[in-house]
Amino acid sequence: MIRYIRRAAAFCLLLLMALLLNAARIQVFQADELDDNPANRRRTIDRYDQPRGNILVGGKSVTGSKNTDEQLTYERTYTDGSLYAPVTGYASQTYGTTLIENAEDDILSGTDPLLAPLPLWDEITRSRQPGGNVATTVKDSMQRAAYAGLGGRRGAVAALEPSTGKILALVSTPSYDPERLSGTGSSVTDAWLQFNRARSQPMLNRAIRQTYPPGSTFKIVTAAAALDADVVEDPDAETDTPSPYVLPGTSTTLPNEARGCEYASLAEAIRVSCNTVMAHLGVEVGLDGMVKAARKFGFNDSGLRIPSGVARSNFDTDMSNDQLALSSIGQFNTTATPLQMAMVASAVANGGDLKYPYLVDRTTTRSGTTVHQNGPRPYHQAMSPRTATQLRQMMIDVVEQGTGSNAAIGGATVGGKTGTAQHGIDNSGTPYAWFISWAQASNASRPAVAVAVVVEDAAAKRADISGGGSAAPIARAVMEAALRG
Amino acid sequence: MTATRTDAPPPQLRLPKRRGVELALLVGAVLISVYGYAAVGLAHDHAIPPDVAGYGAGLGLLALLAHLAVRFRAPHADPLLLPIAVLLNGLGLVLIYRLDLETPKDQAAPTQLIWSTLGVALFIVVVVFLRDHRMLQRYAYLSVAASLVLMIVPIFFPAVNGAKIWIRIGGFSFQPGEFAKILLAVFFAAYLSANRNALAYTGRRIWKLQLPTGRVLGPIVAIWLLSVGVLVLERDLGTSLLFFGLFVIMLYVATGRTGWIAVGLLLAAVGAFAVGSFEPHVHSRVQDWLDPFASIDAGEGPSQLAQSLFAFAAGGMLGTGLGLGHSILIGFAAKSDFILATAGEELGLSGLTAVFLLYALLVARGYRAGLALRDPFGRLLSIGLASILALQVFVIAGGVMGLIPLTGMAMPFLAQGGSSVVTNWIIVALLIRISDLARTPHPDQVETGDIAPIVEDPS
Repeated sequence: MIRYIRRAAAFCLLLLMALLLNAARIQVFQADELDDNPANRRRTIDRYDQPRGNILVGGKSVTGSKNTDEQLTYERTYTDGSLYAPVTGYASQTYGTTLIENAEDDILSGTDPLLAPLPLWDEITRSRQPGGNVATTVKDSMQRAAYAGLGGRRGAVAALEPSTGKILALVSTPSYDPERLSGTGSSVTDAWLQFNRARSQPMLNRAIRQTYPPGSTFKIVTAAAALDADVVEDPDAETDTPSPYVLPGTSTTLPNEARGCEYASLAEAIRVSCNTVMAHLGVEVGLDGMVKAARKFGFNDSGLRIPSGVARSNFDTDMSNDQLALSSIGQFNTTATPLQMAMVASAVANGGDLKYPYLVDRTTTRSGTTVHQNGPRPYHQAMSPRTATQLRQMMIDVVEQGTGSNAAIGGATVGGKTGTAQHGIDNSGTPYAWFISWAQASNASRPAVAVAVVVEDAAAKRADISGGGSAAPIARAVMEAALRG
Repeated sequence: MTATRTDAPPPQLRLPKRRGVELALLVGAVLISVYGYAAVGLAHDHAIPPDVAGYGAGLGLLALLAHLAVRFRAPHADPLLLPIAVLLNGLGLVLIYRLDLETPKDQAAPTQLIWSTLGVALFIVVVVFLRDHRMLQRYAYLSVAASLVLMIVPIFFPAVNGAKIWIRIGGFSFQPGEFAKILLAVFFAAYLSANRNALAYTGRRIWKLQLPTGRVLGPIVAIWLLSVGVLVLERDLGTSLLFFGLFVIMLYVATGRTGWIAVGLLLAAVGAFAVGSFEPHVHSRVQDWLDPFASIDAGEGPSQLAQSLFAFAAGGMLGTGLGLGHSILIGFAAKSDFILATAGEELGLSGLTAVFLLYALLVARGYRAGLALRDPFGRLLSIGLASILALQVFVIAGGVMGLIPLTGMAMPFLAQGGSSVVTNWIIVALLIRISDLARTPHPDQVETGDIAPIVEDPS
């Protein structure tokens, strides 16, 4: 009997071994896979177990967290939700995160290993770091000026500091309050449906995620290409462009809205916005030259991140000459985000040296120790410094004597360019009013701000819409806010 | 090694009783439980629970009373059995208390404490009043009849969560099948010790298989039918698995006949397969086991088993710490069948291994008592009782960890469930009794004729 008892005991030992091996299989070898299973609520519960870090504008928090005493404890709050939605994005327990809330989620939720002073020890003790803060480059006064200027019309504003690439304002209207998406439950899903079904598309971030035909504002790019390629040697010399201009290889004629464009010089063509001259110059530069120039400003770059992804601004790379002509005046398939056009103005303002745009100045721990500091990074030399100087003067002329007079600011040098883009079949869509500009205080050594404004306004009469009319005053308000410091 | 040489008779061999060791271990067991209780409060509410002293005193008093009963009535008993039982019971109370914090409307710990007290009381009653385990042998047929009644009665009560294993009278409910386990072990031990030679050496030989005669085979077939019957009528795969496993182990230990135990296992496997395929409740459990994440893929959210696996995985190597896990996500039965998931999540693989080793030690001590005894009934009874614990731990732990199909069963001492706690205390009491006899020195004992020398199977 003793032998059988021993064998039975061995059998029990076998059962114990099976249990232990199985426990090791689940708790060690398959643990990560099980932890990552989307149906496992633990990650979510842990995530909302502590207050989320805050997003700062000018040192002040525009976000917060509130304790709901639910399973997912902390919910996101926003102090000026609609104003800063295009900057912060939302942090929803139901719908995830977007924009900075998404791009800096590791810092904000406290999971970034850089937040932990002793990462290995924290791994063992499973202690979590409090969420860190994200300081943005945005200036509150400029953001508010842009938001007020748009006044609920469909449109967007992007403003940059030309010397650094800091994004000073990023506004999209109509906007939405991201706080309504923070929690869970039917009120959140209702808000989500409401935002997504609204014809005004409040959750669309027009400043970086929507592309528009840039219209005449694109003529700055064409001018830079023409000057850099020596197609135009003297911007004040007459060009050989008739008006109207017959698109190459077709019998279609391109008219001008402006007067006095026949054989107009480049400077004159920029000042009064001549379609004919710029279309002709674009063709003379040629497809390769135009594509190259557009690329240097950031067109066709689908990898631009601020840190959220920016929609790709487009300049076609395979076109016939008549299409190239239209593309050179910002029509045909040419499209640009407002941020892209702000970069165009910024490149001119900074002597051709285009800086990489960025929205996050630095990230810190909860207690304020810097985790990561962003700084100016070169993006492209968009044009030669000489070309930039010439274009600078042309843009100043636009404001002082041309279509952009609404943007003039006393005590400062302002350069700008208007644009009105038609779109839709037979131009039936609402035109977009564009204005891009930069401003330099008279006592400053370099421009303080470059800005792009786009307004799409179905309520206004088409005749009333022009870059100089509805967009330039908004740009001026934003620039004034920037110059006030 | 002693240098003294005297003409005096050699001093009597003095076997240590180890009661002091038991007391020291008991103090440790109570302290660990109290520490766990305080840790839960600290982690959850950032304060030590106000009743921690009362809790500690209560558990300590129970342990002390049990210890005194052992000290005076079973002084030679194995010193590990009682401390392990107290530690597991205390740990179970801590885990249930911890889960109670998540379900303020459903407090299970106070009830469990009352049942534990009752369990310890019965433990003391058994230790004090059962002079010799061999007297149980006389009641073999009474116990099998009682166990049959206990198993059949719940069929007439409504099913709870798909299984007809409960008797509910008023707000009071218990699982009679739990008590039936002990009674069946007593019957098996008595029957097999009386008939083991007949079972092993008589009967016909068919091919290489030696079958016993119909007279001794009858009860075996009856038990096989009973276990499948329980399975079908009560939809309780766990209990039938336990009964059958218990029977097979005891039969093997009694006879050493592997051949027709294999046949019995084959029959059981066929039966289990048939029931698993055609009985919907059992079938769904098998499906769950084969693919715990099917319900997630189907968009119905994680199944209980999936939630249980998530909990174990969240524990990892060291665990989240008591009071810091989310095993309550398992939902229904988190405090009973799935209690081990809370241990796995909050204590980690290290803690879980410790718990498994405690059970293993308990089982090993039962086997050890069986080895040391001379009477076959006591041997078989202690092997049977220890095997009940081992099988139960394997069936439920394997079930909640996806090793075998999940069957409803209580983790001994840990899980919420009054009948289970009381039954396990009685099992430990019987083991204490048996081990006391096994370890009591009998220097003047003469070999009596009724215990035959052990004949080992030559094969």
